[in-house]
Amino acid sequence: MNSEIDQRIQQKFPGEFIGAKEFRNELTVTIKPERLVEIARFLRDDPTLEFDHLSDIYSVDYPGREERFDVVYLLNSIRFHRRIRLKAALREDRCEIDSVYPVWRAAGFLEREVYDLMGIRFRNHPDLRRIFMPDDFEGYPLRKEFPTEGKGWRNTFDFLPTEEPQT
Amino acid sequence: MEPDMRQKPPVDLNEAPFREASAAADSEDLPFRRSEDLLLNMGPQHPATHGVLRVVLELEGEKIVKATPDLGYLHRGVEKLCEGLTYQQIIPHTDRLDYICSMTNNFAYVRAVEKLLGVSIPERGEYVRTIIAEMQRIVGHLFWLGTQALDIGAMTIFFWTFREREVLLDLFEEICGARLTMNYFRIGGVNGDLTPDVITKLRKFLMVFPSKIEEYDTLLKNNRIWVSRTRNIAVISAEDAVSFGLTGPTLRGSGVQYDIRKAEPYAAYGKVEWEVPLGTRGDTYDRYWVRMQEMKQSARIITQCLDQLPEGPILTDVPQVVAPPKENVMQDMQSLIHHFIIFTEGFRPPAGEVYCATEAPKGELGFSIVSDGGPKPYRLKIRSPSFVHMGAFDHMARGYMIADIVTIFGSYDIVMGECDR
Repeated sequence: MNSEIDQRIQQKFPGEFIGAKEFRNELTVTIKPERLVEIARFLRDDPTLEFDHLSDIYSVDYPGREERFDVVYLLNSIRFHRRIRLKAALREDRCEIDSVYPVWRAAGFLEREVYDLMGIRFRNHPDLRRIFMPDDFEGYPLRKEFPTEGKGWRNTFDFLPTEEPQT
Repeated sequence: MEPDMRQKPPVDLNEAPFREASAAADSEDLPFRRSEDLLLNMGPQHPATHGVLRVVLELEGEKIVKATPDLGYLHRGVEKLCEGLTYQQIIPHTDRLDYICSMTNNFAYVRAVEKLLGVSIPERGEYVRTIIAEMQRIVGHLFWLGTQALDIGAMTIFFWTFREREVLLDLFEEICGARLTMNYFRIGGVNGDLTPDVITKLRKFLMVFPSKIEEYDTLLKNNRIWVSRTRNIAVISAEDAVSFGLTGPTLRGSGVQYDIRKAEPYAAYGKVEWEVPLGTRGDTYDRYWVRMQEMKQSARIITQCLDQLPEGPILTDVPQVVAPPKENVMQDMQSLIHHFIIFTEGFRPPAGEVYCATEAPKGELGFSIVSDGGPKPYRLKIRSPSFVHMGAFDHMARGYMIADIVTIFGSYDIVMGECDR
C-alpha cells in the first residue's frame, strides 16, 4: 500500500523525488524543496491519494549537516485512512521554502510556529510573524545552539526586584 | 407596545431636520458624523478565554471584521525542555499540556514512545488504558459543558457537571493518588491496577450517568437562550473544516466522519461496539450535540470494557524499558541493574522518526518523535488540537458579534496550556 504512494510521486515528479523510507509502517518521502507547492497540490487533489488533511508541520535542526534543516509535513487522508510524511531539506544560508497555505489553510499557524521557533522563512505566507515569542525576541529557540535555560533575558527586566546584598 | 409602533422606526430619518444634518455631515466643513474602525483588545486577562489568550478584534459596530489571536502567554518551551530529558522523564511534562485531561496526554505520549520502541502492551493494560481514557473524555466534556454554559450565562449546569466530574476525579485519586496531573501511564503499560472497589464505584457511576446527561439536556437542549446563542453561530463547512485541519468534535460537528479511534483503532477500541456521532450543520449547537452524544458513547465503551476486562499483567515484560517492581530491586541483582540503568541513563530506542496520533477529547493529539538512538529524543513535536483550532478562529469569527467570541472559543474546547505548550 505504502509503496504505491511513493511510486506515484516518483512517476509524477521524477526530478523532485529524492527517496522514500519506511519505518514502523510509516512512509517518509524526501523531496527537493523547489516545487513543494505543486507536489502538495498533487497529493491533495489526486483521487487515489487525497491527502486532504494537514496534520502537522515541524522542523528538525541538524547543525553538522550541509543541509541543516529538515521541514516535515505530516499529511493525512481522511477518506483512505493513510498518512505520509513529506520531508524537504534546507541549507542554512537559504532557509526559505514556499508556503503551503494555498493548499491547506491549517498551514497558516503551523508555518508561523516553525518560523518563530526555528527561523525558517515561508515564501508567500500571508502573515509571517512570530507566534509564541515576543516580536522583538532575538534568536530561534528550537535551534540546537540556543541554550534551554535561555540567554539571560530575565535578568534584563527592570521590573524584577534585584537581590539586596546581605549585611 | 402597540403593534404598529414596533414596525415603524421611532425616528424617521427622512424627516427634514435629519436630512439636513446628514447633508451637512457629507460636506467638509461640518463634521457631524464620523466613522472609524474600532480596535478592541480582548484578554489576556479575561474570565472567558480559558487561560491567557489575547485577541485583537477589528469591529464595525458590534460586528467582527477581523479577529487576530495573539498566543504565547503560556509558552513554556516544553518541546525544547523535552530534548534534554529522558523518555521516562517527559511523562509528567505531558500532564501539564492539557491539564483538564492530563491522562489523555500521557496516553498519547507513551503510545508514541511504544511505537518507536516497537513494544506491545498486555491485554489487561490495553483495557485499563481504554477505560481511563474514556473516563478522562467524560471529565473533559463535562468540564467543557459547564464552562461553555457558564460563558453563555447559564450557571446551574456548571454545578451539575462538576458534581459528576467530582465523582470521576475521586476515582482517579483512588487509582493513582492524584486528581489533576495524574502521571499514571507508563511506557509499556500503566502504573497501577484497578482495584475491585474502583470497579464497583465506576459501575455504580455508569448506571446513573446516562440519566444525568438527560438531566443536562433538560436545561439546555430546548433552552431559548442556549439555542439562539449557539444555533447558526460560528458555522464552518466540512471542506473548510478539513482544510483548516480541525479534528475531534469540532470537525465531526461539520459532519466529517473522522475519529482516530475508528480510523486507526488502538488500545481496546476495536473490540467494543460504539458509534461516532456526527453533526450536520457545523455550528456551535451541533458541536455541543456531538459532545453530549460522545459522553454517552464513552459510558458505553467503559461498560463493555469492564465486562470484558481480562486478567493478567498491566505492564509489559521488557526489562530494558519498564522499571522493575521495587521488591525485586531489593532482592534481585538483574532487576537492580535494569533499575539503575533506566533511572540513570534511560533506555535507547532505535534511530528513526515516528508520529502517533491519539483521539483526545479536544481532537487529534499527536506526538512526533525524532530519535537519533540516544536516551533522549532528538526532537519532539506536539501536535496539539487547540493550537490548530486557533488557526481557524479568524475564519469562524468574522461576521459574528462580540458576544459570540466566547462561544467560539468555547466550542473548540480550548486549553491554552496545550495551545502554547
